[in-house]
Amino acid sequence: MNVLTDNLDVYGSALLNTVLLFVFSAIGALILGGILAVMRVSPVPVLRGFGTVFVTIVINTPLTVLFLLFLFGLPVLQIANIDPFVSAVIALIVYTAPFICEVIRSGINTVDLGQAEAARAVGLTFGQSLANIVLPQAIRSVVPPLINQLNALLKNTTVAAGFSVSELALVYTTLNERGYSTLIALCWVALAFIILVTPLLITQRMLEKRWRVAR
Amino acid sequence: MSSSVLTDLPGPKARARHALYGVIGTIIILGILAFVIYRLADSGQFNPELWSWIEYQQIQLSIVSALLRTLEAFAVGAVLALVFGALLAAGRLSDHRWVRIPAGFVVELFRAIPLLVLMFLLFFGIGGISSFLAVVLSLMLYNGSVLAEIFRAGILAVPHGQAEAAYALGMRKTRVMLLILLPQALRAMLPTIVSQLVVLLKDTALGSLILFQELLYYFRQGIGGQTDFGNPAVPSAISVAAIYIVICLLLSWLATYLEKRNRRSKKRVVLEGPEAEQVEQIALASGTEVSGGGQHDKNQ
Repeated sequence: MNVLTDNLDVYGSALLNTVLLFVFSAIGALILGGILAVMRVSPVPVLRGFGTVFVTIVINTPLTVLFLLFLFGLPVLQIANIDPFVSAVIALIVYTAPFICEVIRSGINTVDLGQAEAARAVGLTFGQSLANIVLPQAIRSVVPPLINQLNALLKNTTVAAGFSVSELALVYTTLNERGYSTLIALCWVALAFIILVTPLLITQRMLEKRWRVAR
Repeated sequence: MSSSVLTDLPGPKARARHALYGVIGTIIILGILAFVIYRLADSGQFNPELWSWIEYQQIQLSIVSALLRTLEAFAVGAVLALVFGALLAAGRLSDHRWVRIPAGFVVELFRAIPLLVLMFLLFFGIGGISSFLAVVLSLMLYNGSVLAEIFRAGILAVPHGQAEAAYALGMRKTRVMLLILLPQALRAMLPTIVSQLVVLLKDTALGSLILFQELLYYFRQGIGGQTDFGNPAVPSAISVAAIYIVICLLLSWLATYLEKRNRRSKKRVVLEGPEAEQVEQIALASGTEVSGGGQHDKNQ
Protein backbone atom coordinates (compact mmCIF):
# COMPACT_ATOMS: atom_id res chain seq x y z
CA MET A 1 0.00 0.00 0.00
CA ASN A 2 2.80 2.42 0.85
CA VAL A 3 4.15 2.06 -2.69
CA LEU A 4 1.05 3.93 -3.80
CA THR A 5 0.68 6.40 -0.92
CA ASP A 6 4.38 7.35 -0.89
CA ASN A 7 4.36 8.10 -4.60
CA LEU A 8 1.00 9.71 -5.17
CA ASP A 9 2.74 12.54 -7.07
CA VAL A 10 4.28 10.12 -9.60
CA TYR A 11 1.07 8.17 -10.05
CA GLY A 12 -0.98 11.36 -10.23
CA SER A 13 1.01 12.99 -13.02
CA ALA A 14 1.29 9.69 -14.91
CA LEU A 15 -2.47 9.16 -14.64
CA LEU A 16 -3.06 12.70 -15.89
CA ASN A 17 -0.77 12.06 -18.86
CA THR A 18 -2.55 8.81 -19.70
CA VAL A 19 -5.93 10.52 -19.56
CA LEU A 20 -4.67 13.43 -21.69
CA LEU A 21 -3.21 11.03 -24.27
CA PHE A 22 -6.54 9.19 -24.30
CA VAL A 23 -8.74 12.30 -24.61
CA PHE A 24 -6.70 13.97 -27.36
CA SER A 25 -6.34 10.81 -29.42
CA ALA A 26 -10.00 9.87 -28.90
CA ILE A 27 -11.18 13.23 -30.25
CA GLY A 28 -8.74 13.05 -33.17
CA ALA A 29 -9.59 9.43 -33.96
CA LEU A 30 -13.34 10.14 -33.93
CA ILE A 31 -12.84 12.99 -36.39
CA LEU A 32 -10.46 11.14 -38.71
CA GLY A 33 -12.55 7.95 -38.40
CA GLY A 34 -15.67 9.93 -39.32
CA ILE A 35 -13.94 11.40 -42.38
CA LEU A 36 -12.73 7.93 -43.44
CA ALA A 37 -16.23 6.50 -42.96
CA VAL A 38 -17.73 9.27 -45.11
CA MET A 39 -15.11 8.47 -47.77
CA ARG A 40 -15.90 4.77 -47.64
CA VAL A 41 -19.68 5.17 -47.97
CA SER A 42 -19.49 8.06 -50.43
CA PRO A 43 -20.72 7.57 -54.01
CA VAL A 44 -17.31 8.71 -55.33
CA PRO A 45 -15.27 5.64 -56.34
CA VAL A 46 -11.86 7.33 -56.03
CA LEU A 47 -12.49 8.41 -52.45
CA ARG A 48 -13.84 4.94 -51.58
CA GLY A 49 -10.67 3.46 -53.01
CA PHE A 50 -8.36 5.74 -51.00
CA GLY A 51 -10.38 5.05 -47.85
CA THR A 52 -10.20 1.29 -48.36
CA VAL A 53 -6.45 1.28 -49.05
CA PHE A 54 -5.71 3.42 -45.99
CA VAL A 55 -7.89 1.30 -43.70
CA THR A 56 -6.44 -1.98 -44.98
CA ILE A 57 -2.84 -0.83 -44.60
CA VAL A 58 -3.19 0.68 -41.12
CA ILE A 59 -5.27 -2.18 -39.73
CA ASN A 60 -2.47 -4.56 -40.71
CA THR A 61 0.30 -2.48 -39.10
CA PRO A 62 1.26 -3.08 -35.47
CA LEU A 63 0.80 -0.02 -33.26
CA THR A 64 4.41 -0.27 -32.10
CA VAL A 65 5.60 0.05 -35.70
CA LEU A 66 3.38 3.10 -36.24
CA PHE A 67 4.88 4.67 -33.14
CA LEU A 68 8.36 4.07 -34.52
CA LEU A 69 7.42 5.54 -37.90
CA PHE A 70 5.87 8.68 -36.45
CA LEU A 71 8.48 9.22 -33.78
CA PHE A 72 11.29 9.27 -36.34
CA GLY A 73 9.27 10.31 -39.38
CA LEU A 74 7.35 13.34 -38.11
CA PRO A 75 10.38 15.48 -37.17
CA VAL A 76 11.72 14.91 -40.69
CA LEU A 77 8.56 16.43 -42.17
CA GLN A 78 9.40 19.70 -40.33
CA ILE A 79 5.78 20.88 -40.13
CA ALA A 80 6.23 22.11 -36.60
CA ASN A 81 8.35 21.41 -33.59
CA ILE A 82 6.92 18.07 -32.57
CA ASP A 83 7.65 16.53 -29.19
CA PRO A 84 7.20 12.83 -28.41
CA PHE A 85 3.82 13.42 -26.72
CA VAL A 86 2.37 14.89 -29.92
CA SER A 87 3.92 12.10 -32.01
CA ALA A 88 2.29 9.59 -29.67
CA VAL A 89 -1.10 11.27 -30.02
CA ILE A 90 -0.80 11.28 -33.82
CA ALA A 91 0.25 7.61 -33.91
CA LEU A 92 -2.71 6.68 -31.71
CA ILE A 93 -5.11 8.73 -33.87
CA VAL A 94 -3.91 7.14 -37.09
CA TYR A 95 -4.06 3.66 -35.56
CA THR A 96 -7.55 4.00 -34.04
CA ALA A 97 -9.28 5.92 -36.84
CA PRO A 98 -9.64 2.96 -39.28
CA PHE A 99 -11.27 0.85 -36.57
CA ILE A 100 -13.72 3.66 -35.80
CA CYS A 101 -14.35 4.08 -39.52
CA GLU A 102 -15.26 0.39 -39.81
CA VAL A 103 -17.60 0.61 -36.82
CA ILE A 104 -19.46 3.60 -38.29
CA ARG A 105 -19.59 2.08 -41.76
CA SER A 106 -20.98 -1.23 -40.64
CA GLY A 107 -23.46 0.65 -38.44
CA ILE A 108 -24.78 2.54 -41.45
CA ASN A 109 -24.97 -0.73 -43.37
CA THR A 110 -27.17 -2.35 -40.74
CA VAL A 111 -29.95 0.17 -41.47
CA ASP A 112 -32.52 -1.50 -43.71
CA LEU A 113 -32.42 -0.27 -47.29
CA GLY A 114 -36.22 0.07 -47.27
CA GLN A 115 -36.03 2.68 -44.51
CA ALA A 116 -34.05 5.14 -46.60
CA GLU A 117 -36.05 4.33 -49.73
CA ALA A 118 -39.29 4.99 -47.85
CA ALA A 119 -37.85 8.26 -46.53
CA ARG A 120 -37.04 9.39 -50.06
CA ALA A 121 -40.41 8.18 -51.32
CA VAL A 122 -42.28 10.42 -48.87
CA GLY A 123 -40.16 13.31 -50.08
CA LEU A 124 -37.60 13.82 -47.33
CA THR A 125 -34.43 15.49 -48.50
CA PHE A 126 -31.02 13.83 -48.13
CA GLY A 127 -30.33 15.78 -44.94
CA GLN A 128 -33.74 15.03 -43.45
CA SER A 129 -33.57 11.33 -44.20
CA LEU A 130 -30.03 11.16 -42.81
CA ALA A 131 -30.88 13.07 -39.62
CA ASN A 132 -34.34 11.63 -38.92
CA ILE A 133 -34.27 8.12 -40.37
CA VAL A 134 -30.81 6.65 -40.97
CA LEU A 135 -28.61 8.04 -38.19
CA PRO A 136 -31.02 7.43 -35.25
CA GLN A 137 -31.14 3.77 -36.28
CA ALA A 138 -27.45 3.48 -37.10
CA ILE A 139 -26.42 5.02 -33.79
CA ARG A 140 -27.87 2.09 -31.87
CA SER A 141 -25.50 -0.33 -33.56
CA VAL A 142 -22.58 2.13 -33.66
CA VAL A 143 -22.22 3.42 -30.12
CA PRO A 144 -21.60 0.18 -28.17
CA PRO A 145 -18.78 -1.05 -30.47
CA LEU A 146 -17.49 2.53 -30.59
CA ILE A 147 -17.08 2.50 -26.83
CA ASN A 148 -15.32 -0.84 -27.30
CA GLN A 149 -12.83 0.86 -29.62
CA LEU A 150 -12.26 3.72 -27.17
CA ASN A 151 -11.61 1.09 -24.54
CA ALA A 152 -8.96 -0.47 -26.76
CA LEU A 153 -7.51 3.01 -27.36
CA LEU A 154 -7.27 3.61 -23.63
CA LYS A 155 -5.26 0.41 -23.22
CA ASN A 156 -3.16 1.21 -26.30
CA THR A 157 -1.93 4.46 -24.74
CA THR A 158 0.47 2.27 -22.75
CA VAL A 159 2.52 1.66 -25.90
CA ALA A 160 3.61 5.31 -25.62
CA ALA A 161 5.43 4.30 -22.44
CA GLY A 162 7.72 2.14 -24.57
CA PHE A 163 8.79 5.30 -26.39
CA SER A 164 9.65 7.33 -23.29
CA VAL A 165 6.40 9.28 -23.10
CA SER A 166 5.72 9.70 -19.40
CA GLU A 167 2.66 7.53 -18.84
CA LEU A 168 1.12 5.12 -16.32
CA ALA A 169 2.95 2.09 -17.67
CA LEU A 170 6.27 3.94 -17.29
CA VAL A 171 5.76 4.66 -13.59
CA TYR A 172 7.74 1.58 -12.60
CA THR A 173 11.04 3.05 -13.83
CA THR A 174 10.75 6.10 -11.54
CA LEU A 175 9.69 3.96 -8.59
CA ASN A 176 12.52 1.59 -9.33
CA GLU A 177 14.99 4.46 -8.98
CA ARG A 178 13.35 5.41 -5.69
CA GLY A 179 13.89 1.85 -4.49
CA TYR A 180 10.35 0.48 -4.53
CA SER A 181 9.31 -2.94 -5.76
CA THR A 182 8.61 -3.00 -9.50
CA LEU A 183 6.05 -5.78 -9.09
CA ILE A 184 3.89 -3.84 -6.65
CA ALA A 185 4.30 -0.61 -8.62
CA LEU A 186 2.99 -2.36 -11.73
CA CYS A 187 0.15 -4.04 -9.86
CA TRP A 188 -1.15 -0.58 -8.94
CA VAL A 189 -0.89 0.42 -12.60
CA ALA A 190 -2.92 -2.64 -13.59
CA LEU A 191 -5.52 -1.73 -10.97
CA ALA A 192 -5.62 1.85 -12.26
CA PHE A 193 -6.40 0.56 -15.74
CA ILE A 194 -9.11 -1.74 -14.43
CA ILE A 195 -10.68 1.27 -12.72
CA LEU A 196 -10.38 3.40 -15.87
CA VAL A 197 -11.79 0.70 -18.16
CA THR A 198 -14.74 -0.37 -15.98
CA PRO A 199 -17.00 2.69 -16.46
CA LEU A 200 -16.60 2.39 -20.23
CA LEU A 201 -17.45 -1.32 -20.10
CA ILE A 202 -20.50 -0.72 -17.93
CA THR A 203 -21.84 2.04 -20.20
CA GLN A 204 -21.30 -0.16 -23.22
CA ARG A 205 -23.20 -3.11 -21.75
CA MET A 206 -26.00 -0.90 -20.48
CA LEU A 207 -26.52 0.71 -23.89
CA GLU A 208 -26.34 -2.67 -25.61
CA LYS A 209 -29.03 -4.08 -23.34
CA ARG A 210 -31.29 -1.07 -23.67
CA TRP A 211 -31.03 -0.77 -27.44
CA ARG A 212 -31.27 -4.46 -28.22
CA VAL A 213 -34.97 -4.41 -27.36
CA ALA A 214 -35.61 -1.35 -29.48
CA ARG A 215 -34.26 -3.00 -32.61
CA MET B 1 -23.20 0.39 -55.64
CA SER B 2 -26.87 1.35 -55.75
CA SER B 3 -27.35 -0.64 -52.55
CA SER B 4 -26.07 2.26 -50.45
CA VAL B 5 -28.52 3.34 -47.80
CA LEU B 6 -27.74 6.98 -48.16
CA THR B 7 -28.04 7.80 -51.85
CA ASP B 8 -30.23 7.07 -54.85
CA LEU B 9 -28.74 6.13 -58.18
CA PRO B 10 -27.08 9.39 -59.28
CA GLY B 11 -28.48 11.32 -62.21
CA PRO B 12 -26.34 13.26 -64.71
CA LYS B 13 -25.96 16.32 -62.44
CA ALA B 14 -25.02 14.23 -59.42
CA ARG B 15 -22.55 12.22 -61.50
CA ALA B 16 -20.81 15.42 -62.58
CA ARG B 17 -20.71 16.61 -58.96
CA HIS B 18 -19.28 13.27 -57.78
CA ALA B 19 -16.60 13.46 -60.46
CA LEU B 20 -15.70 16.92 -59.17
CA TYR B 21 -15.49 15.63 -55.58
CA GLY B 22 -13.34 12.80 -56.83
CA VAL B 23 -10.91 15.16 -58.54
CA ILE B 24 -10.71 17.50 -55.52
CA GLY B 25 -10.21 14.57 -53.11
CA THR B 26 -7.54 13.03 -55.31
CA ILE B 27 -5.68 16.33 -55.53
CA ILE B 28 -5.75 16.80 -51.75
CA ILE B 29 -4.58 13.24 -51.01
CA LEU B 30 -1.89 13.23 -53.70
CA GLY B 31 -0.78 16.62 -52.40
CA ILE B 32 -0.29 15.26 -48.89
CA LEU B 33 1.54 12.21 -50.26
CA ALA B 34 3.74 14.35 -52.48
CA PHE B 35 4.58 16.63 -49.53
CA VAL B 36 5.59 13.66 -47.37
CA ILE B 37 7.73 12.14 -50.11
CA TYR B 38 9.27 15.52 -50.92
CA ARG B 39 10.20 16.13 -47.26
CA LEU B 40 11.63 12.63 -46.96
CA ALA B 41 13.67 13.07 -50.12
CA ASP B 42 14.69 16.62 -49.20
CA SER B 43 16.01 15.53 -45.82
CA GLY B 44 18.01 12.82 -47.54
CA GLN B 45 16.07 9.79 -46.37
CA PHE B 46 16.31 8.27 -49.85
CA ASN B 47 20.07 8.70 -50.09
CA PRO B 48 21.63 5.41 -51.19
CA GLU B 49 24.01 5.21 -48.22
CA LEU B 50 21.05 5.16 -45.77
CA TRP B 51 19.74 2.10 -47.59
CA SER B 52 23.10 0.39 -48.14
CA TRP B 53 22.48 -1.98 -45.21
CA ILE B 54 20.12 -4.00 -47.39
CA GLU B 55 23.05 -5.22 -49.48
CA TYR B 56 24.87 -6.95 -46.63
CA GLN B 57 24.29 -10.68 -46.57
CA GLN B 58 24.87 -10.78 -42.82
CA ILE B 59 22.02 -8.32 -42.27
CA GLN B 60 19.69 -10.14 -44.62
CA LEU B 61 20.30 -13.36 -42.70
CA SER B 62 19.71 -11.55 -39.39
CA ILE B 63 16.43 -10.13 -40.68
CA VAL B 64 15.28 -13.62 -41.64
CA SER B 65 16.17 -15.06 -38.26
CA ALA B 66 14.48 -12.10 -36.48
CA LEU B 67 11.39 -12.71 -38.61
CA LEU B 68 11.50 -16.37 -37.62
CA ARG B 69 11.62 -15.39 -33.92
CA THR B 70 8.54 -13.20 -34.44
CA LEU B 71 6.75 -16.07 -36.15
CA GLU B 72 7.87 -18.46 -33.42
CA ALA B 73 6.43 -16.19 -30.71
CA PHE B 74 3.27 -15.90 -32.81
CA ALA B 75 2.92 -19.67 -33.28
CA VAL B 76 3.54 -20.57 -29.63
CA GLY B 77 1.38 -17.67 -28.41
CA ALA B 78 -1.44 -18.60 -30.78
CA VAL B 79 -1.53 -22.26 -29.73
CA LEU B 80 -1.40 -21.37 -26.02
CA ALA B 81 -4.08 -18.67 -26.45
CA LEU B 82 -6.38 -21.05 -28.32
CA VAL B 83 -6.03 -23.72 -25.61
CA PHE B 84 -6.40 -21.20 -22.78
CA GLY B 85 -9.39 -19.62 -24.53
CA ALA B 86 -11.08 -22.98 -25.03
CA LEU B 87 -10.62 -23.88 -21.36
CA LEU B 88 -11.96 -20.50 -20.22
CA ALA B 89 -14.92 -20.73 -22.59
CA ALA B 90 -15.74 -24.21 -21.32
CA GLY B 91 -15.55 -22.78 -17.80
CA ARG B 92 -17.83 -19.88 -18.63
CA LEU B 93 -20.40 -22.20 -20.23
CA SER B 94 -20.30 -24.62 -17.31
CA ASP B 95 -23.48 -25.54 -15.46
CA HIS B 96 -21.67 -25.20 -12.14
CA ARG B 97 -21.54 -21.78 -10.67
CA TRP B 98 -18.21 -22.36 -8.88
CA VAL B 99 -16.56 -22.90 -12.27
CA ARG B 100 -18.49 -20.28 -14.19
CA ILE B 101 -17.82 -17.31 -11.92
CA PRO B 102 -14.02 -17.68 -11.55
CA ALA B 103 -13.69 -18.25 -15.30
CA GLY B 104 -15.71 -15.10 -15.95
CA PHE B 105 -13.54 -13.20 -13.49
CA VAL B 106 -10.32 -14.30 -15.22
CA VAL B 107 -11.70 -13.30 -18.64
CA GLU B 108 -12.77 -9.84 -17.46
CA LEU B 109 -9.52 -9.29 -15.58
CA PHE B 110 -7.17 -10.03 -18.44
CA ARG B 111 -9.28 -8.11 -20.94
CA ALA B 112 -9.04 -5.01 -18.74
CA ILE B 113 -5.26 -4.96 -18.23
CA PRO B 114 -3.28 -3.56 -21.17
CA LEU B 115 -1.10 -6.17 -22.86
CA LEU B 116 2.05 -4.10 -22.39
CA VAL B 117 1.42 -3.76 -18.64
CA LEU B 118 1.00 -7.55 -18.52
CA MET B 119 4.35 -7.97 -20.26
CA PHE B 120 6.03 -5.46 -17.91
CA LEU B 121 4.48 -7.27 -14.94
CA LEU B 122 5.75 -10.66 -16.06
CA PHE B 123 9.18 -9.52 -17.23
CA PHE B 124 10.21 -6.66 -14.92
CA GLY B 125 7.79 -7.26 -12.04
CA ILE B 126 7.93 -10.98 -11.42
CA GLY B 127 11.12 -11.49 -13.36
CA GLY B 128 13.22 -14.61 -13.60
CA ILE B 129 11.76 -15.59 -16.96
CA SER B 130 13.09 -15.03 -20.45
CA SER B 131 11.61 -12.23 -22.52
CA PHE B 132 10.30 -14.85 -24.99
CA LEU B 133 8.37 -16.56 -22.21
CA ALA B 134 7.03 -13.22 -20.93
CA VAL B 135 5.80 -12.29 -24.43
CA VAL B 136 4.22 -15.67 -25.08
CA LEU B 137 2.54 -15.86 -21.67
CA SER B 138 1.05 -12.36 -21.89
CA LEU B 139 -0.18 -13.08 -25.42
CA MET B 140 -1.77 -16.24 -24.05
CA LEU B 141 -3.48 -14.49 -21.13
CA TYR B 142 -4.79 -11.51 -23.11
CA ASN B 143 -5.75 -13.11 -26.42
CA GLY B 144 -6.93 -16.26 -24.66
CA SER B 145 -9.47 -14.16 -22.77
CA VAL B 146 -10.66 -12.49 -25.97
CA LEU B 147 -10.85 -15.86 -27.75
CA ALA B 148 -12.82 -17.27 -24.82
CA GLU B 149 -15.46 -14.60 -25.40
CA ILE B 150 -15.53 -15.44 -29.12
CA PHE B 151 -15.92 -19.18 -28.40
CA ARG B 152 -18.62 -18.59 -25.84
CA ALA B 153 -20.60 -16.19 -28.02
CA GLY B 154 -20.24 -18.51 -31.03
CA ILE B 155 -21.53 -21.56 -29.17
CA LEU B 156 -24.45 -19.63 -27.67
CA ALA B 157 -25.35 -18.37 -31.14
CA VAL B 158 -25.89 -21.83 -32.66
CA PRO B 159 -29.69 -22.11 -33.18
CA HIS B 160 -31.29 -23.58 -30.07
CA GLY B 161 -33.11 -26.31 -32.01
CA GLN B 162 -29.77 -28.03 -32.61
CA ALA B 163 -29.07 -28.65 -28.94
CA GLU B 164 -32.72 -29.44 -28.20
CA ALA B 165 -32.82 -32.06 -30.95
CA ALA B 166 -29.62 -33.63 -29.62
CA TYR B 167 -30.99 -33.77 -26.07
CA ALA B 168 -34.20 -35.29 -27.45
CA LEU B 169 -32.11 -38.05 -29.02
CA GLY B 170 -30.74 -38.82 -25.56
CA MET B 171 -27.27 -37.26 -25.73
CA ARG B 172 -25.62 -35.94 -22.58
CA LYS B 173 -24.34 -32.39 -22.34
CA THR B 174 -20.70 -33.25 -23.13
CA ARG B 175 -21.67 -35.11 -26.28
CA VAL B 176 -24.06 -32.34 -27.31
CA MET B 177 -21.22 -29.86 -26.92
CA LEU B 178 -18.56 -31.95 -28.68
CA LEU B 179 -20.63 -33.50 -31.46
CA ILE B 180 -23.33 -30.92 -32.16
CA LEU B 181 -22.54 -27.41 -30.97
CA LEU B 182 -18.76 -27.19 -31.28
CA PRO B 183 -18.39 -28.38 -34.89
CA GLN B 184 -21.08 -26.01 -36.14
CA ALA B 185 -19.93 -23.06 -34.05
CA LEU B 186 -16.27 -23.55 -35.01
CA ARG B 187 -17.09 -23.49 -38.71
CA ALA B 188 -18.99 -20.25 -38.27
CA MET B 189 -16.38 -18.68 -35.98
CA LEU B 190 -13.24 -19.66 -37.88
CA PRO B 191 -12.84 -16.34 -39.75
CA THR B 192 -13.26 -14.41 -36.49
CA ILE B 193 -10.69 -16.61 -34.78
CA VAL B 194 -8.19 -16.08 -37.59
CA SER B 195 -8.69 -12.31 -37.46
CA GLN B 196 -8.03 -12.41 -33.72
CA LEU B 197 -4.81 -14.23 -34.58
CA VAL B 198 -3.88 -11.29 -36.81
CA VAL B 199 -4.20 -9.13 -33.70
CA LEU B 200 -1.96 -11.55 -31.85
CA LEU B 201 0.62 -11.38 -34.64
CA LYS B 202 0.61 -7.58 -34.47
CA ASP B 203 0.92 -7.71 -30.70
CA THR B 204 4.16 -9.71 -30.88
CA ALA B 205 5.76 -6.39 -31.89
CA LEU B 206 5.18 -5.18 -28.32
CA GLY B 207 7.80 -7.74 -27.31
CA SER B 208 10.49 -5.40 -28.64
CA LEU B 209 9.69 -3.08 -25.71
CA ILE B 210 10.71 -5.76 -23.21
CA LEU B 211 13.88 -6.47 -25.18
CA PHE B 212 12.60 -9.59 -26.91
CA GLN B 213 14.84 -9.74 -29.97
CA GLU B 214 12.22 -10.07 -32.68
CA LEU B 215 11.76 -8.33 -36.01
CA LEU B 216 10.97 -4.83 -34.75
CA TYR B 217 13.72 -4.95 -32.13
CA TYR B 218 16.28 -5.93 -34.74
CA PHE B 219 15.27 -3.15 -37.12
CA ARG B 220 15.21 -0.57 -34.34
CA GLN B 221 18.46 -1.49 -32.61
CA GLY B 222 20.39 -3.52 -35.17
CA ILE B 223 19.81 -1.31 -38.21
CA GLY B 224 18.14 1.98 -37.26
CA GLY B 225 20.72 2.82 -34.59
CA GLN B 226 23.85 1.82 -36.52
CA THR B 227 26.16 4.78 -37.11
CA ASP B 228 28.04 2.71 -39.72
CA PHE B 229 25.04 3.10 -42.01
CA GLY B 230 24.40 6.72 -40.98
CA ASN B 231 21.59 6.04 -38.45
CA PRO B 232 18.94 5.02 -40.96
CA ALA B 233 16.05 5.37 -38.47
CA VAL B 234 13.38 6.36 -40.99
CA PRO B 235 14.42 3.87 -43.71
CA SER B 236 14.47 1.02 -41.19
CA ALA B 237 11.06 2.03 -39.79
CA ILE B 238 9.60 2.10 -43.30
CA SER B 239 11.11 -1.30 -44.13
CA VAL B 240 9.92 -3.01 -40.97
CA ALA B 241 6.42 -1.57 -41.45
CA ALA B 242 6.36 -3.04 -44.95
CA ILE B 243 7.33 -6.50 -43.67
CA TYR B 244 4.67 -6.45 -40.93
CA ILE B 245 1.99 -5.26 -43.35
CA VAL B 246 2.79 -8.10 -45.75
CA ILE B 247 2.67 -10.90 -43.17
CA CYS B 248 -0.45 -9.51 -41.49
CA LEU B 249 -2.18 -9.05 -44.85
CA LEU B 250 -1.45 -12.68 -45.75
CA LEU B 251 -3.13 -13.81 -42.53
CA SER B 252 -6.04 -11.38 -43.03
CA TRP B 253 -6.59 -12.78 -46.50
CA LEU B 254 -6.83 -16.24 -44.99
CA ALA B 255 -9.66 -14.94 -42.78
CA THR B 256 -11.44 -13.40 -45.76
CA TYR B 257 -10.96 -16.59 -47.80
CA LEU B 258 -12.38 -18.73 -44.98
CA GLU B 259 -15.33 -16.35 -44.70
CA LYS B 260 -16.08 -16.58 -48.41
CA ARG B 261 -15.76 -20.35 -48.46
CA ASN B 262 -18.00 -20.50 -45.42
CA ARG B 263 -20.70 -18.52 -47.13
CA ARG B 264 -20.67 -20.82 -50.15
CA SER B 265 -20.78 -23.98 -48.03
CA LYS B 266 -24.02 -25.95 -47.82
CA LYS B 267 -23.22 -26.96 -44.25
CA ARG B 268 -23.19 -23.32 -43.20
CA VAL B 269 -24.96 -22.53 -39.96
CA VAL B 270 -26.27 -19.01 -39.58
CA LEU B 271 -25.55 -17.83 -36.08
CA GLU B 272 -28.48 -16.03 -34.52
CA GLY B 273 -29.48 -13.94 -31.56
CA PRO B 274 -27.59 -11.28 -29.60
CA GLU B 275 -24.55 -13.55 -29.29
CA ALA B 276 -24.13 -13.64 -33.06
CA GLU B 277 -23.88 -9.85 -32.96
CA GLN B 278 -21.22 -10.20 -30.31
CA VAL B 279 -19.13 -12.44 -32.57
CA GLU B 280 -19.48 -9.84 -35.32
CA GLN B 281 -18.46 -7.08 -32.95
CA ILE B 282 -15.32 -8.83 -31.77
CA ALA B 283 -14.45 -9.46 -35.40
CA LEU B 284 -14.97 -5.79 -36.09
CA ALA B 285 -12.68 -4.89 -33.23
CA SER B 286 -9.99 -6.95 -34.93
CA GLY B 287 -10.71 -5.15 -38.17
CA THR B 288 -11.60 -8.00 -40.47
CA GLU B 289 -14.94 -7.80 -42.14
CA VAL B 290 -16.64 -11.00 -41.12
CA SER B 291 -20.29 -10.05 -41.20
CA GLY B 292 -19.89 -9.09 -44.84
CA GLY B 293 -22.49 -6.39 -45.53
CA GLY B 294 -24.78 -6.75 -42.56
CA GLN B 295 -28.03 -5.70 -44.17
CA HIS B 296 -28.24 -8.62 -46.55
CA ASP B 297 -27.56 -11.14 -43.81
CA LYS B 298 -30.10 -9.45 -41.58
CA ASN B 299 -32.86 -9.66 -44.16
CA GLN B 300 -32.48 -13.35 -44.73
